Amino acid sequence: MEAQFIELTAGNVAFLLIVGFIGGLVSGFIGSGGAFVLTPGMMSMGASGVVAVASNLCHKFPKALVGARKRHQFGQVDIKLGLVMATSAGAGVWIGAGFMEAVRRDYGEAGSSLYVSAAFVVVLTLVGLFVLRDALQAMRSARDNDSDRETTHRFARWVQSVEIPGTMMTFHVAKIRVSALFTLPLGFATGLLASTIAVGGFIGVPGMIYLLGATSLVASATELVIAFVMGLLGTLKYAMDGFVDIRLAMLILLGSLFGIQLGAIGTTYVRPYMIKLVTAMIMLIVAVSRALVIPVYLGELQLLTLAEPAARLLKGASFAFMVAALAVGAFVIVGAMLKGRRLPAGP
Amino acid sequence: MDNEANKPWGKLIATGTVTAMLYTLLFAFEKDVLAIFTRTDGLYPLLPIAAAFAFSFSHGAFTGYFWDALGVRARPVVQERSDGADAL
Repeated sequence: MEAQFIELTAGNVAFLLIVGFIGGLVSGFIGSGGAFVLTPGMMSMGASGVVAVASNLCHKFPKALVGARKRHQFGQVDIKLGLVMATSAGAGVWIGAGFMEAVRRDYGEAGSSLYVSAAFVVVLTLVGLFVLRDALQAMRSARDNDSDRETTHRFARWVQSVEIPGTMMTFHVAKIRVSALFTLPLGFATGLLASTIAVGGFIGVPGMIYLLGATSLVASATELVIAFVMGLLGTLKYAMDGFVDIRLAMLILLGSLFGIQLGAIGTTYVRPYMIKLVTAMIMLIVAVSRALVIPVYLGELQLLTLAEPAARLLKGASFAFMVAALAVGAFVIVGAMLKGRRLPAGP
Repeated sequence: MDNEANKPWGKLIATGTVTAMLYTLLFAFEKDVLAIFTRTDGLYPLLPIAAAFAFSFSHGAFTGYFWDALGVRARPVVQERSDGADAL
């Protein structure tokens, strides 16, 4: 397949810089973000899907590297946990990509898009509601007790109590000791989701918090290590087929490195529940966005009758919701940072 | 307190200059760069990765100094969790 590369216009460059910055800000704060707007955004400029995915991956791994380095300076990154998770995440990406290819071959582009959107809606709604509920409880608790301490979820406490000889691993920064038999499937699911919806962090971060018992600060920071490894491998895979548009990738990087530094600094100013709250909000808004286009793909598969103007409207509304997800996330992060800067220094 | 003397103006200018040069080269020779960076033979597929590392080291340092110079710095305290895992 021959790659198609677009001519850059001032409008395209401005879009990539702005979305890159906001995506970076969100990534630096919650560990992932931006891809769900950047990939369709590049496609709407005329880039083919594969070039958009490849170029997005090529900006993702250096961005994650810079973010991980910054948050490592704050003592938030568990490199060992990130690398262990990344090992099985790589396998998840590999198998997920093969499965995606099979879906595309058997059901066509519309079938593949329907599968991706359905995966988005189901996973993000379930996990997003769970994270939101926990974030609201933590918010109430912080207000009532004036405490910023995060409690380990009861499921994570059970996971940590399971002793399987020969499989136990200690992660010193995350301050957890768990069996690799839990980290491996979690990493695998992160990779599988990354290859399906391009945002593995929507499973990886909640998984590290609620399954393994890491704090939201450590989980969101460690996700950047996983994103770095997956992005690096993914870029290499696509570069071997000549699909990386280095201009697009570096333009996104130009804005996103400003954003990721700011997002990483932001984590030191906010209460821990803010990370969960922003993650949940973005997940739920993106879920709505993908739900809106499901009728469009059902129409393309001739399982539903949908007029062309209605399909265009739904697609436009879907993209607008995705942009809104990032914008709301960025707004809340900056607001929380400004509020945090006004408070006296912590103990 | 943010002290003007502590602000990394020299490093900001140095990394900013290197970053500006990298971006200028990329877009001045846009078509040639794209043609070379999308070759699939030999070690050419490593070029986008090498470029991404080069840009991220230079621009990553620049953006770090940029926020530092503006006085946007991290708060030193990191929050802790309340369970008994500290003994690990």
